[in-house]
Amino acid sequence: MSLETQPVVINFGPQHPSTHGVFRLVLTVDGEVVVDAKMVLGYLHRGVEKLAEEKTHLQNITFTDRLDYLSAMSNNFAYVQAVEKLADIAVPERAEYIRVIMAELQRIASHLMAMGTFYQDVGGWGSPLMYMFRDREKILDLFEMACGQRLTCNYMRPGGVAMDLPPEFIPELKKFIPAMRAYLDEYEELIAENEIFKVRTRGVGILPKELAIDAGASGPVLRASGVRWDLRKDDTYSIYDRFDFDVPVGTVGDCYDRFMVRLEECRQSLRILEQAVRDIPGGPWINPGLRGNIWAPPGEAYAHVEGPKGELGFYLVSDGGVGPYRFKIRSPSYINLTALKEMTVGWKVADAIIILGSIDIVMGEVDR
Amino acid sequence: MTRIVALDTAQVVCQLEAAVPGAVVDYTPEYIRIRLERLVETAHFLKTAQGLEFNYLVSITAVDYYPYYFELVYHLVSMPHHHSLVLKTRTPDRERVVVPSLVGVWRSAELQELEIYDLMGLIFAGHPELRRIFLWEDFRGHPLRKDYVEELIPLPLPAEPAEPLG
Repeated sequence: MSLETQPVVINFGPQHPSTHGVFRLVLTVDGEVVVDAKMVLGYLHRGVEKLAEEKTHLQNITFTDRLDYLSAMSNNFAYVQAVEKLADIAVPERAEYIRVIMAELQRIASHLMAMGTFYQDVGGWGSPLMYMFRDREKILDLFEMACGQRLTCNYMRPGGVAMDLPPEFIPELKKFIPAMRAYLDEYEELIAENEIFKVRTRGVGILPKELAIDAGASGPVLRASGVRWDLRKDDTYSIYDRFDFDVPVGTVGDCYDRFMVRLEECRQSLRILEQAVRDIPGGPWINPGLRGNIWAPPGEAYAHVEGPKGELGFYLVSDGGVGPYRFKIRSPSYINLTALKEMTVGWKVADAIIILGSIDIVMGEVDR
Repeated sequence: MTRIVALDTAQVVCQLEAAVPGAVVDYTPEYIRIRLERLVETAHFLKTAQGLEFNYLVSITAVDYYPYYFELVYHLVSMPHHHSLVLKTRTPDRERVVVPSLVGVWRSAELQELEIYDLMGLIFAGHPELRRIFLWEDFRGHPLRKDYVEELIPLPLPAEPAEPLG
């Protein structure tokens, strides 16, 4: 006797702990194997681009905090660079150092969350995520010390940063760097060397190099596929040319590589922080010539940074007014999802969750 | 430490004129504007031509120049050569909004074109699956257009008590 089988459509999300927000995936499965994946987005769409067209350049900084809410500082950084390019504003040296310190701390915080939730997706329930929350807490304390905010920092301004670092910030940061380095070694031992973790992630969800470039992937997803492309090195912005650091790349492009690239990037961020703390000069923290609103001349500007998720860019068109005529966000989380179908098809349902976790999306940035 | 260099547009225009004659409308040091009908050919040439090799499509933006036309802005980067180019094209007016899709040239256009279709209302001919990605299917209008007016849904009035109390 032969039994006839047929594929089944199952719904994954939007309310599901493994979707990292409100992401919905419609999976067609043949038994346990995924044969088709279609994503449904928009549950967190707030129309940020439209809202920003009605506001001024300064007011829009608060919107950028709420895009990728796990990396507010990096978003601020990209946006203020775009405004500075548009309105031709100079930035004092101390402000550049403060920005780099904040962006690198934010990268560590975001990667900690990415690694912790990823390990949870793999099945390591609870403890590792709580350990990483503990370390991230210290970074958020540093942010609170500098600007009074922990999550939506709203710290950077075109021409500098909102306020100077308090005197106790640098000593605290100096204590944090060696402590974090020790924790990272611990995580590598505990997680990356774990046999079950390796079996679950090695060779799973491979994104080939050519497809990664063609599909516009960026950040750790692109680098795990073996492409050495980091905007801090390849299109040096701010003062990143003064720091000595390496760009980790993967070899296979599987989930394990994406995890390891993030872990190694945290170490490199600590190296940058060490050098920044050593070299930070005194002086003004914001361009003293700026008062009140910013009127940008008619024109356009595109500025990008290497955010924790990938290339975060802002494209602004100005008509000479006090706000942007067009405000476009090049969001890395959204574009990194382009090749999701190719990555998941052929794997089991449990692997699809891991693959999605390894891309590290934040829905605030995907849906905008 | 390197920087992505913006290519000399005049030089690219010379190469484009030879390969895709009549495609270029005008150019400035910042961007090259091409005819909408020749977009796919131009994109294909820019991706494959020796010495250009724009293999990475960074972003696509649609700008509504109300009440004249829509403009599409393509930011291209070549990873092997470390150079960039901004490509622009316009629709004839705000009524004729069918534009060619570039999914066949760069896969990263796929989701970005869906977003533009949803929010700006440009129809990408040749896109494998054109659908609303952020808004629901029966949503009326395209919010990023400058003449979009939000449809106000009247709130239901509080129901009056059937009989006077007391």
